Amino acid sequence: MKTCLVVDDSRVVRKVARRLLEDRGFAVAEAGDGMEGLAWCRAMMPDLVLLEASMPLMSGLEFLRRLRLEPGGRAPKVIFCSAEADLDRIREALDAGAAEYIIKPFDGDIVADKLALAGMA
Amino acid sequence: MTPEDRAFMAELAATRAGLAIDAEKAYLIESRLGPVARRESYGSVADLVEAVRSRGDERLAAACVEALAPGETRFFRDRAVFEHLWREIVPQLARRSPDGILRIWSVGCGAGQEVYSLAMLQAETPAPTGRVELFASDLSERLLDRARAGLYSSFEVQRGLSARQLVRHFENRDEHFQLAKRIRQEVRWRCVNLIEDLTPVGAFDVVLCRYVLNGFTDSARRTASVKLANLLTPCGVLVMGEDERPALEGFAAEPIGGVFRRMDDARAAA
Repeated sequence: MKTCLVVDDSRVVRKVARRLLEDRGFAVAEAGDGMEGLAWCRAMMPDLVLLEASMPLMSGLEFLRRLRLEPGGRAPKVIFCSAEADLDRIREALDAGAAEYIIKPFDGDIVADKLALAGMA
Repeated sequence: MTPEDRAFMAELAATRAGLAIDAEKAYLIESRLGPVARRESYGSVADLVEAVRSRGDERLAAACVEALAPGETRFFRDRAVFEHLWREIVPQLARRSPDGILRIWSVGCGAGQEVYSLAMLQAETPAPTGRVELFASDLSERLLDRARAGLYSSFEVQRGLSARQLVRHFENRDEHFQLAKRIRQEVRWRCVNLIEDLTPVGAFDVVLCRYVLNGFTDSARRTASVKLANLLTPCGVLVMGEDERPALEGFAAEPIGGVFRRMDDARAAA
């Protein structure tokens, strides 16, 4: 079973994302901030990370940079998921190594399409 | 709306545009005509229908028929079809084209996502030989206006479109995203009713008519299929929805679902 870590400071978003991802066959773990997310990754590197760009303590970009420095940290596909719709910010996330970018709010069709585009369907 | 109102609108859609509208589906008819009623300042859909019936207002009748046509589409719908078309079919046809020009027509283009998907592919991977000309048509002038503007919501740009294509080809426009002018200007637009005479539209190497004819009555589907077949160049390609098939003989299926190549005897009398 493929694994996904949802890193988002909103409990509601984590819950919605968990349901959509579990419907698509993922085993889902949740982290409320970047530090907790990195701890999860050190314990068990997921196949996919669904990552909020804007979080307190550690931004999504900083999380991604630090994730890539971890042993095995280059392997997970990372999909940013954020209300930030500025194309420059989206470009920044892609340049940093994100496989895809979801603009909130999203629905099941968008998640399915983005998973397919990231090679995680 | 009364059952008689619905039957009247279904009949209007069938005779004017070949659309198969189930008169029993009250919600579908009311939800599609509701925006027309509001736009035209009628108190209800029933009032709108009564105005169409009693006044013989052509413009209003046409607006109702346009609204009843299903218009939903998305970027790169069934992505494998686009990849097959661009990687296999377009290079093959371009090599055989006598003038090096390949003409592609997106029928029932809605808000333009299908033809713009091709325009983006062309910008990313130009055809190896020749030049591709893109045409798109719809029954609805309102949808064509939307398509020309190339303005989409965040939901629309996320369905089927990769984030890399979004940042490469779009610009932020307030809460929306607008396709770059260099992509928009690659497409020529035209209002076309598939059950009318299509000969002025010209000949095409590839016709995309996806998830359009399955919304037609049986006789209109047959008529439109013959007209479309007659517009295809020899060995031209008809691209339909994944589970659709041409309503006439003379097409050979390609390995990807919904893609058919015209064989020499496919030209039929309209």
